[in-house]
Amino acid sequence: MSEQVLAPVSSGNSPKFSVEPATSGASKNRSSKWIASQRKFAPWLFLTPGVVMFLVYVIVPIGRSLWISLYEWDGIGVKTFIGIANYIELINDDAFYTALYNNILWLGLYMLAVPAGLMIAIFLNQTVTGIRIYKSLFFFPFVISQIVVGLIFSWFYAPNFGLFTRLLEFVGVDGIAILADERFVTYGIIVAGLWPQIAYCMILYLTGLNNVSPDQIEAARLDGAKGWKMLWYVIIPQLRPATFIAVVVTIIGALRSFDLVSIMSSGGPYGSSRVLSYYMYEQALSEYGFRMGYGASIAVVLFAIMIVFITMFIVRMLKDEREGC
Amino acid sequence: MFPTPVASASAPTRAAYRIALPLSLLVWLLPLIGVMITSIRPASDLAMGNYFGVPSSFEPGNYLTVFRNTPMGLFILNSFKVTIPTVIGAVALSCLTGYALATYRFKTNLWLFFIFVAGNFVPFQILMIPVRDLTLKMGLYDTVTGLVLFHVAFQTGFCTLFMRNFIKALPSELIEAARVEGVSELRIFRYVVLPLMRPAIAALSVLIFTFIWNDFFWATVLVQGTHAMPVTGGIISLNGQWVAQWHLVSAGSVIAAMPPVIMFFLMQKHFIAGLTMGATKG
Repeated sequence: MSEQVLAPVSSGNSPKFSVEPATSGASKNRSSKWIASQRKFAPWLFLTPGVVMFLVYVIVPIGRSLWISLYEWDGIGVKTFIGIANYIELINDDAFYTALYNNILWLGLYMLAVPAGLMIAIFLNQTVTGIRIYKSLFFFPFVISQIVVGLIFSWFYAPNFGLFTRLLEFVGVDGIAILADERFVTYGIIVAGLWPQIAYCMILYLTGLNNVSPDQIEAARLDGAKGWKMLWYVIIPQLRPATFIAVVVTIIGALRSFDLVSIMSSGGPYGSSRVLSYYMYEQALSEYGFRMGYGASIAVVLFAIMIVFITMFIVRMLKDEREGC
Repeated sequence: MFPTPVASASAPTRAAYRIALPLSLLVWLLPLIGVMITSIRPASDLAMGNYFGVPSSFEPGNYLTVFRNTPMGLFILNSFKVTIPTVIGAVALSCLTGYALATYRFKTNLWLFFIFVAGNFVPFQILMIPVRDLTLKMGLYDTVTGLVLFHVAFQTGFCTLFMRNFIKALPSELIEAARVEGVSELRIFRYVVLPLMRPAIAALSVLIFTFIWNDFFWATVLVQGTHAMPVTGGIISLNGQWVAQWHLVSAGSVIAAMPPVIMFFLMQKHFIAGLTMGATKG
């Protein structure tokens, strides 16, 4: 992200919004005073609606969730303060560990989307006729809702007639109902999730490849680099911005996995494919009674995991900003 | 260009590439093609086990059945009612916040910006209980308005990141020149910056349209009944009713997927520009 400094001010550390030299020269003038004070309040005028909405619906709720996780609450009645009892229950809850383990599995396997996306992007980075249509069609899965992706893959995996089951039978393996088998269900869902995620990474890399400097490639070619060596030493370093974004969106996608679990298995069989986000939802809004406090404590754990990645992302952005200034 | 263009490769390589291209696409979209064919199959095909062969007849009537026997039309309408105001709201708010964060220097600027960015990445579950509670208290639970308000607020995070970086990349001389001329801040925004933001507004609009149309989590958390349910939530309830009626499930899925797909093909350039922002620059 290239950063030109647009601000009219040169003294960046001044707590007040300094006035541009051109106008401050005539500071006795009433209209320039007006302009100065206007420049002081203008940013807040622009910011207020967005900031208020974001505070009310995002920032304050995070705090409230932290607070609710210390209570026993059914969502309607009185809240009872129980300290860290929810968290103590959590560390003795086998279902929590299953969900946590599945989240780690999601994170690990989802990362395959990054190299897979790069491979497809390289495959498609040509200029033959009709290639643009191919690129759009390869990108297609990302545009479709995860709910529809989940339905498509449920059908793909369906026992007896599903295409995947047929393919397995064709190679001599039969009788596996992926989504009803504790051993395979999470992998089956992750594959469904990888489909759109690979498409996303592919489009990031296609854009990245478009901007790789042709001079460097030519120079490397003259030096005799080609194939894998060229890819590894010349291309991939230049694709760093694309890789960074691909990794960030893939991590977020993996930890946000909810829709697919919900539509493909409802966390089953016997809770074996739950992830934290789904388990939280189940606890907080289950048909057997709402456990808001316990649900909130699961959400806090998920949030804590995410914070690690958010911090890494922000630190990197901060570095970019500093370099830009 | 990497890899070496096939145009300059040997004839057999070129031929191989020409064959590999459609073949790989076929494999890649296999599940999707299967669903599309199933959606026009007559029910009798499925009963007879003809899942993958050529459909015995072309049955667009499945689509009519979906609209006639289910509230699909209402679900689609609800999705539009949620999506369009959200796009307008989030883009409008972020034009303002993005402009403020890109052009003014003040102490909390970078902090505010990072809060928007970080908030955009938090897991939905940490917001779920308080947002549901708040929506209930405002009497907006189970309404389109409740859903829109949340979406606008949440999407403002991503949109602000997008707009702020876009405006920062504009030539600063324009704004400075207008300031020297004594043009008021509001008019600078309205007449100098806003016209230049058109490509960013277009890109964000298609992106947010797709994100919100495809949202499922908040639809289930903030809406209960059919009357306000968007299509993603609706199709799940239909999936329960249509056990093993895969021709209907398929037709329903195709309908639900259609609007963002059309949007994507119409606005492809903007869509990809929006999605890949930041993928090229260091």
